[in-house]
Amino acid sequence: MMANNRIPSGPNTPGSQQTPTHGGTKVFVQRDYSEGTAVKFQTRFPPELEDRIDRQTFEYTMERLNEHFEMAETADCSTYCEGCLACLTAYFIYICTETHYEKHLRKVSKFIATQNERVYNPRGIHITDPILRGLRVIEITIIDVPNCQSPTGNSNNQMRHT
Amino acid sequence: MASRRVTRKWEVFAGRNRFWCDGRLMTAPHPGVFALTLALICGTCALHFAFDCPFLAARVSPAVPAAGAALCALTLAALLRTALSDPGIIPRAAPAEAAALEAAEAGRPPPRAREVLVRGRAVKLKYCFTCKMFRPPRASHCSLCDNCVDRFDHHCPWVGNCVGKRNYRYFYTFVVSLSFLAVFVFACAVTHVALLARGAGLAAALRATPASAVVAAVCFLSVWSVLGLAGFHTYLASTDQTTNEDIKGSFSTRRGVSNPNPYSRGNACANCWHVLCGPLAPSLIDRRGVLRDEMPPSFARVVTTPPAAAPAPLAAPLQLSVPPEPGGALGGSYSNLFQGGEPARHAYMNRSLDLDPVPLQRTPSPRPERRRRALEPPALALEPAPPGLSASRLRLLHDTTMIDAALDLDEPEPPPHLAPAHAPHAPHAPHAPHVPHAAHASLAPHASHAPVHGRALAAL
Repeated sequence: MMANNRIPSGPNTPGSQQTPTHGGTKVFVQRDYSEGTAVKFQTRFPPELEDRIDRQTFEYTMERLNEHFEMAETADCSTYCEGCLACLTAYFIYICTETHYEKHLRKVSKFIATQNERVYNPRGIHITDPILRGLRVIEITIIDVPNCQSPTGNSNNQMRHT
Repeated sequence: MASRRVTRKWEVFAGRNRFWCDGRLMTAPHPGVFALTLALICGTCALHFAFDCPFLAARVSPAVPAAGAALCALTLAALLRTALSDPGIIPRAAPAEAAALEAAEAGRPPPRAREVLVRGRAVKLKYCFTCKMFRPPRASHCSLCDNCVDRFDHHCPWVGNCVGKRNYRYFYTFVVSLSFLAVFVFACAVTHVALLARGAGLAAALRATPASAVVAAVCFLSVWSVLGLAGFHTYLASTDQTTNEDIKGSFSTRRGVSNPNPYSRGNACANCWHVLCGPLAPSLIDRRGVLRDEMPPSFARVVTTPPAAAPAPLAAPLQLSVPPEPGGALGGSYSNLFQGGEPARHAYMNRSLDLDPVPLQRTPSPRPERRRRALEPPALALEPAPPGLSASRLRLLHDTTMIDAALDLDEPEPPPHLAPAHAPHAPHAPHAPHVPHAAHASLAPHASHAPVHGRALAAL
């Protein structure tokens, strides 16, 4: 994955950028273009998640996600038939049926939602469905949940200011 | 009822495209030339069907009008599909992502380009200052539509749209079928004139069917460019290139160094198949999607409420309290709620996300008590809302209160110690007064949330 980026720029490699906002940190997992323009995301573990979740869990999620997208992008016989049929019907078929890709996108959404709910949200992490970001990045939001991170005077801070 | 009005994503779309039929159709900003193309094709075909076809059906074969009609229908369908669909626009980066890119560069604007290896070949990804992202390989920014378009081919004024990843196959079908149509109509017109001229001479034949002469002339003038275009795009499709890359000479041999196309599949047939019949990429801009918050309520609360509710640096500037999504997000969610609580997901996800604890979807048969709870103020579930959320609380919120907390988002609930200062907006208000407010919020979705945030902050 790292070999994919020839010029690492800035303190963070382009693989993931993170930004602290007032409500949470956002980490962005970028696309991996090493095998062409088909949708594939980098599986490198973002260091920001280190104290929240173990590496295997994260990598499992990413790999499954990539598998889903690979299936969506795979051009097997049935997708070609679908394309031909669409052409023969002057593309009217797309009005009434769901494409092969859309079916897989639904699976991806379901997978992300399940993972968020079972694994990530309880640990203060939320993975945004990549379709909502144009399949270009995976946005991971980390919020500062007191139980997950050692709270260092946050509550005191608040009391003082109110 | 005014509260049924929802804000769809096309209404806040950042590019210059024009949308029709509530976002179902889209074109480039000035589709005038497209209207001309459509008129030219329809007019010529109408003349053909009115004057040539009856004669040829009687004298030659009834198959002639049938074939003409089929070709004409295919051409028009492909043209409309090319012109009115999403060419593969890549949505602009969300503010948080753009901020992350800039933060990575320590305040300076991001570098102009980044290089990645695609199948072992170095490809430059240029930074798009408008879309605030590094353009994916093969994407390019269309200056007319002001969008980055994936696998950008060219902006075609004749079809009134960009030609890109999603509509290239329609465009190709259009060009090829149009060239067949032009040849066919021309042949019919010439046959008509020739059959008439056999008895009476050319001048008399032309006087008998002047429409055929007009049709033949139009077809003769246009067929060359259309045939040339069809040939050119056949070459491009068989090598998996785009017009853009061909013009720029991206894959041409330079100074004796060959620079093969990394996207090619190796042989012409495979390329054609993949480009024209491969899996159709989904539309990424989700025009008809409803603007709503996309995180589970607990997260959205932490991320979007002012610092008092989120353990964050209190020096957070005021404008940061506006949620990272485009302005209408919260107003949209408010009105959607009253439409029945449809999930705020991409169009593809609206159908069957059947997760059990239903954080994202309405249950198939909404139980009355659930609906009632959904319409009640957020107080019930969130009343003791602690300044921060424990993991168990997060889970509870997630399982039970998707809709309640969406309501809560519209009126960011002040932390308990601030509540008395906001009596009219406090969650204890009975639920009836919320309805007119919902109507108001949906009428002015952009303005609805900002003042509330402002007040909450001012109270601090």
